[in-house]
Amino acid sequence: MTVTNLIFAGVGGQGVLLIAELTARAAVAARFDVKQTEVHGVSQRGGSVESHVRFGPTVYSPLVIPGQGDVVVGLEKLEGLRYAHFVNLERGVLLVNDHEIIPGSVAKAAERYPHNTIEFLRQKGLNVIALPASTCARDLGDGRIANMIMLGAMSVLAPQVPKEVWLATLNERVPPKYRELNLRAFEIGRRLVKDEGGQTRAEVAAAASHF
Amino acid sequence: MKELLLGNEAIARGAWEAGVKFAAGYPGTPSTEILETLAKKYPEIDAQWSANEKVAFEEGMGAAIGGLRVLVTMKMVGLNVAADAFMVFPYSGTNGGFVVISADDPGMHSSQNEQDNRYLALMAKVPVLEPSDAQECKDFIKLGMEISEQFSVPVMVRTTTRLAHHKGLVEMGERVEAPQREFVPDPRRFSVPIYRTLLRPGVEKRLEALRAYAEITPINRIEWGVTSQGAGDPSSTARRPVGFVTCSIAYQYVREVMPEASVFRLGLTHPLPQRALQAFCAAHETVYVVEEGEPFIEEAMKAMGITNLVGKRLFGVIGEYSPERIARAIGVSVPEKPDYSQEITLLPRPPMFCVGCGHRTVFDTLRQLKVTVAGDIGCYTMGALPPYEASHTTFCMGASIGTAFGLERAGHRRTVAIIGDSTFVHAGIPSLIDAVYNGSSLTLIILDNATTGMTGQQPHPAAGTTLRGKPAPKLDLEGLVRAAGVKQVQVVDTWQRRDVVRAIREAVSYEGPAVVIAQGPCMRLPEMKLSERGEKPYFVDEAVCTKCDACFKVWCPAITRTAQGFPVIDALECTACTVCAQVCPADAIGPMGGGCP
Repeated sequence: MTVTNLIFAGVGGQGVLLIAELTARAAVAARFDVKQTEVHGVSQRGGSVESHVRFGPTVYSPLVIPGQGDVVVGLEKLEGLRYAHFVNLERGVLLVNDHEIIPGSVAKAAERYPHNTIEFLRQKGLNVIALPASTCARDLGDGRIANMIMLGAMSVLAPQVPKEVWLATLNERVPPKYRELNLRAFEIGRRLVKDEGGQTRAEVAAAASHF
Repeated sequence: MKELLLGNEAIARGAWEAGVKFAAGYPGTPSTEILETLAKKYPEIDAQWSANEKVAFEEGMGAAIGGLRVLVTMKMVGLNVAADAFMVFPYSGTNGGFVVISADDPGMHSSQNEQDNRYLALMAKVPVLEPSDAQECKDFIKLGMEISEQFSVPVMVRTTTRLAHHKGLVEMGERVEAPQREFVPDPRRFSVPIYRTLLRPGVEKRLEALRAYAEITPINRIEWGVTSQGAGDPSSTARRPVGFVTCSIAYQYVREVMPEASVFRLGLTHPLPQRALQAFCAAHETVYVVEEGEPFIEEAMKAMGITNLVGKRLFGVIGEYSPERIARAIGVSVPEKPDYSQEITLLPRPPMFCVGCGHRTVFDTLRQLKVTVAGDIGCYTMGALPPYEASHTTFCMGASIGTAFGLERAGHRRTVAIIGDSTFVHAGIPSLIDAVYNGSSLTLIILDNATTGMTGQQPHPAAGTTLRGKPAPKLDLEGLVRAAGVKQVQVVDTWQRRDVVRAIREAVSYEGPAVVIAQGPCMRLPEMKLSERGEKPYFVDEAVCTKCDACFKVWCPAITRTAQGFPVIDALECTACTVCAQVCPADAIGPMGGGCP
């Protein structure tokens, strides 16, 4: 059995490191050897954040080699693009939150932002799955929960860790106060990725109108 | 039982298991989590933040001479600050085990330079251990304590960013108490500099003993690879084509891309095992030396007379290594990296001041005053970036004041030094005293956010709490600068825009040294959460808003534009800092009431 290579990318404050850590913990619970990298310090101040998670029978390098990523999770479109070169073109997926955060300290960022990222990468032959995670998260009542929706979706694309192990890990790691919302978001992510956002998105939106 | 630990958490665990009783350091990426973990998880260890690395090192030195096992932590540039003590400690040698962590940052993820501190250890004649995974981060602390006591020498454990900030599985052990060793006062050993000449030969003798140890320690190990003739046979006389000498995280990269190669993994990289390395190289046609940073091992091996080496020429000196970089250098096939840069705009996303950060008002003022600003090390280095571009130099901890003084001497009128509270305590105080003493007219702005912000909110002597969160005597910054002889001192609330502008204007035009202390806690401190402060987020009343865009000039990331062109404040992000409301000429911004606006 080979090593599974995952990349998590996003903007500081989106909860990239949290879902990377949950993934690493779930992989440990599934009895894999695991390595994970993080960034600390000033890069987290609204900057680009990435974390690599690798698991398998034996893992040496904590860093993934570009072109060998099984799933690259982008919590934001531009950040998905930034790490797209990690996607394995034969079997890998770019799983991206269809959500834009304009860089704050870059001149004319709004005009220069690559809105066409998803179409562009698909043209380049990447398998891109774009999900409305931030929209669904807002419908759930908390925009910050988009990371858990994306984690749920990722869990379907990296099936080496069984669902019950994921749920046990979330139950163990998420504080009781936030557990229900997080588990709900995780489940919505799993469903979203299966229907690429169609049916599930409509259901979440319909439920949101009852709030 | 195995646990998933950060390299730095594993170091903390190693210190705990090794019976360490005292630990000190100053925050610095990538070393900070070691002491934080000790404080959080291991009450048996007396762990503390010190004012700077030199102080931490000296306190640790005293505790080790006093017979305790000691861990001292710092990032690589921190050891520059502590170098004075680091260079002299090996003369007397230690009593209790003493390990200093030098956390190097190849690639400068969060540093102002690249610096391979093994050369400092070479200069100090101190042994260097380099772990290559989280497990060894733990194990090498315990081993470091043993080496330290056996050879009576301070030991450096060198980590790098990727090692310190990666997580891996670690087999947990129990704490073994180390009995306190007796301190026997000995003027020849500890107190009289003139006797150091007598100690000098001992430093060389010890290094000789460590060289012998390097030949036999199991942490320098050869993993014989598989050859075309089948499994490796160490007794075979035929030369194998390729071997690797490597250490630290680079060992993992070599294993990743060349799983079947022969590898000499060095755990002790100073001093090196000369005989073993010569024998290994004699058994291979070509030996690749793969080490992050400078050619420390490579040059030493060349000095041993080994010639069949390839190192930095192939792998490079600059930046962080990766498995991809090693693979490309030695010709192992990896996927082609697509380059989209010609076809789509890959906008950069540099970090920026947080929502509600109190530094904004200060940099906005400096931008408008068009003064020459010498910056310092902290989040406020971002004041050099757009939209402020109001910080013109950054070198090292505490350098702002000296640099501003020098710029003033070079003819720049109205120079401003800007420094954080933690950095001021760390290395700014003597510079301020000097500037006053030598007749400067510079303005010093102390950004007093009651924490060490950039490294993740660590307390310091002017913050009023300790590493463990206990109340501590709070250094009075205003009293201190007055005692240094500064007459023009103003303390302002950093979120009161008008006060900040007025204070800085007055300071800059004052004849003589002036200090502005801009106070306001870092918004990332737990007590600054809106719910903790009992405040409500702000909102824009579209019925009143004239779309004048004044609030956008606050450059707050929580303020974006609606489809209709109105500013809108993200209620989940807003910190109620009030600055946008202060600049709104129409009074359209205010705190939310009971319900939605």
